[in-house]
Amino acid sequence: MQISHYLLDRILPTVTMPARYTGGEWNSIVKDWDAAQVRLVLAYPDVYQVGMSNLGLMILYDIVNRRPDCLAERVYAPWVDMEAAMRQAGIPLYSLESRHPLREFDVLGFTLPYELNFSNVLNMLDLAGLPVLAAERGADWPLVIGGGVGAVNAEPLADFFDAFAIGDGEEVILEILNACARAKESRAGKLELLRALAGIPGVYVPSLYQVTYHDDGTVAAITPTTPEARPRILRRVMSQLLPPPVDLIVPYVQAVHDRGMVEIARGCTAGCRFCQAGMVYRPLRERSLPEVLAAVEAIGRCTGYEEIALVSLSSASHPQIEEMVRELIARYSHPPLAVSLPSLRIDTFSVRLAELFQGRRKTGLTFAPEAGSQRLRDVINKRVTEADLLATAEAAFAGGWQRIKLYFMIGLPTETLDDVAAIVELVQEVRAVGRRYHGRRAQVNVSVATFIPKPHTPFQWSPLVGEDDLATRLALLRRGVKGRGVQLSWHAPQTSLLEAALARGDRRLGRVIHRAWQLGARFDAWPEHFGWEVWQRAFAAEGLDADWYARRERSFAEVLPWDHIENGVSKAFLWDEYRRALHGETTPDCREMCVGCGLAETLGCEGAG
Amino acid sequence: MMQMNRQRLRITFARGETIKYISHLDLARAWERALRRAGMPLAYSQGFNPRPKMAFAAALPVGYIATAEIVDVLLEEPLAPLDMARRLAVTLPPGLRVVSIKKVDSRLPALQSQVRAAEYRVSVVWEGDRADLEARVAALLAAPTLPRERMHKGRRRSYDLRPLVEGLRLEDETAEGYCLWMRLRHGTGGTARPEDVLDALGLADVLFSVERIALRFPVKSNENVTEG
Repeated sequence: MQISHYLLDRILPTVTMPARYTGGEWNSIVKDWDAAQVRLVLAYPDVYQVGMSNLGLMILYDIVNRRPDCLAERVYAPWVDMEAAMRQAGIPLYSLESRHPLREFDVLGFTLPYELNFSNVLNMLDLAGLPVLAAERGADWPLVIGGGVGAVNAEPLADFFDAFAIGDGEEVILEILNACARAKESRAGKLELLRALAGIPGVYVPSLYQVTYHDDGTVAAITPTTPEARPRILRRVMSQLLPPPVDLIVPYVQAVHDRGMVEIARGCTAGCRFCQAGMVYRPLRERSLPEVLAAVEAIGRCTGYEEIALVSLSSASHPQIEEMVRELIARYSHPPLAVSLPSLRIDTFSVRLAELFQGRRKTGLTFAPEAGSQRLRDVINKRVTEADLLATAEAAFAGGWQRIKLYFMIGLPTETLDDVAAIVELVQEVRAVGRRYHGRRAQVNVSVATFIPKPHTPFQWSPLVGEDDLATRLALLRRGVKGRGVQLSWHAPQTSLLEAALARGDRRLGRVIHRAWQLGARFDAWPEHFGWEVWQRAFAAEGLDADWYARRERSFAEVLPWDHIENGVSKAFLWDEYRRALHGETTPDCREMCVGCGLAETLGCEGAG
Repeated sequence: MMQMNRQRLRITFARGETIKYISHLDLARAWERALRRAGMPLAYSQGFNPRPKMAFAAALPVGYIATAEIVDVLLEEPLAPLDMARRLAVTLPPGLRVVSIKKVDSRLPALQSQVRAAEYRVSVVWEGDRADLEARVAALLAAPTLPRERMHKGRRRSYDLRPLVEGLRLEDETAEGYCLWMRLRHGTGGTARPEDVLDALGLADVLFSVERIALRFPVKSNENVTEG
């Protein structure tokens, strides 16, 4: 039964930005509910404006809705005022397209972009009227699956999900829906369905595995309990990207990124050791110039967007990027269609590109040196020199930009106070360059994040920086990066501890997440809602220690909670990279030479050999 | 040289239930994008951030549906209103509908400065009897002044609601109550909203819905309109 307009009209006038909850956007697809054999709702565990900027969800929406026998609708996390109004009025969480309660769908598919959304997942399940624990949901309940980058270590969410899809979702989503259709037809029980799902490559069904622990709390083994469950789940990879979706949904409410998107490449060859995306989206797959141009044309026509972003992990690295940008600028000067690149490299080529696509706008340029000293940049394999950065800054200031934003991390492995002091010096030097061109109007904004070690990266064994060390480093930065022309921003340290604990957590953390949610945790990524006390109480109540998860140096011998998820990059390569990092040795970009990450043997990589 | 051929088209449109909760800025963006999808030869502003030249007669508050909102769109070259209507019919999102399109003189003053009044149909949920409501309406209309307060830029300001109410009457019964017709002043001379009138009628706490059915201009400014 659809939620009626009549009911919604009673609460929507009382909440902020009510259009987030009414759907009806251009290009949204409302299919015949009764004609669909399998019904999927794609869920994003953050607010609408954030979720509508997510390309992954849009890709799956497009693919599933192309199937005549399936339908895909959407739901986002209601903001706290809407949640309260819904609970008070007894309105369950419903989909935007047809306003059906989530529990009437066959499958709930969560995108898991970020550890600090985990409490929202539970809250959404509960708002939908589902038992949050998978074990309490029989065959009559929707199947709850998860995917996205968060699925590469899904152990902390194992209690709440029926299955996870590891890697690219384009094919596996349809295979999962097929299995659901068959189960529905044959009235299969829940266990039968789970076993069928476990047989699909890339699908991880956590309840079919048993985890045992050593006395010291570390994982002893993760073992399948049925023959269908594979000992290791190999990540799914599309060897070639499908044509990009062009009928993108155009939201009424302004999204965080209010523009069209074309994924010009997936994967990255740079090999930065801190970067999870760089490891878990391998290999590099690029779209050709004609394919991108055709997609931009179609998106412009189908959406009416006035700006289109060429997205990838390193857009400036696409071999035809300059031609691409030049061609797009030439084609779309009138009516104007702006082109943007979300990620620039630190080189003068990137500035030249920005000259092309920002034109006279010159809103500001962002670069990410990540570390202040050459030594530390070598450790993290960010192969950029101080000379590179200064030359890039010089080109930008000379080109007319007055504002440059620099991203750094603190708490990187082997970091000392000297490395942090080097950030201050670097920022001062960049400011000095800016002053030569723009005097007192030159502005350098510095954004500092705490480094969080993530699974499937060379730093997955490395501890999160200690709280006191973090405070010392921040204090040093706050003393050094101040005054006219510079501005410093940073994150709350305790958010980092939670993110680090959840990122490399094991199954037992499910109890902590459950407890924290019961105590009121939600929107942990939003500073105004994050309450560390709540999480502290949850950890204490479950007898677990966030520090043990986040700040313990792990050994090579230790079984990592995500060891059964095979990303395709070998553990030996990651360990070797970690050792090289500690010795300050860099590793080349794999466009230059194959670095032997193991992908060629597991998933295939065209660049190799 | 392009300026010579420029043409101003005045679109009267309706906004339905499906998108009544979008803000005025959202509505403007939705129009821009629908016009772009329709491939209209839009005239753009100069500058770093070119925007299509369009102007709404009046902002439409969140939650209102409407049957006769007005937006002026400037085109770089002439286009028959019928052509535009046909193309927009397939690019407007659900909830937006063209009522009519006319050519207007591009030298006319800005639409927004011309609105003098707006008419509304306000449905209220009301279980009491009709006579009671009628008495409230009569009392409001009979009052010489209706001193009230509103917050303006964080400061309390007092004003008189009575002269802003140009017309008010109780209309037909609805399934759950009654419908009130209102004609309220709008624009530089002061603006009243249906909520203010409901409040003055002692109906501040009832459930209600608003439909804006007309925007009124001074007779002269609307005359040099040529039908397309």
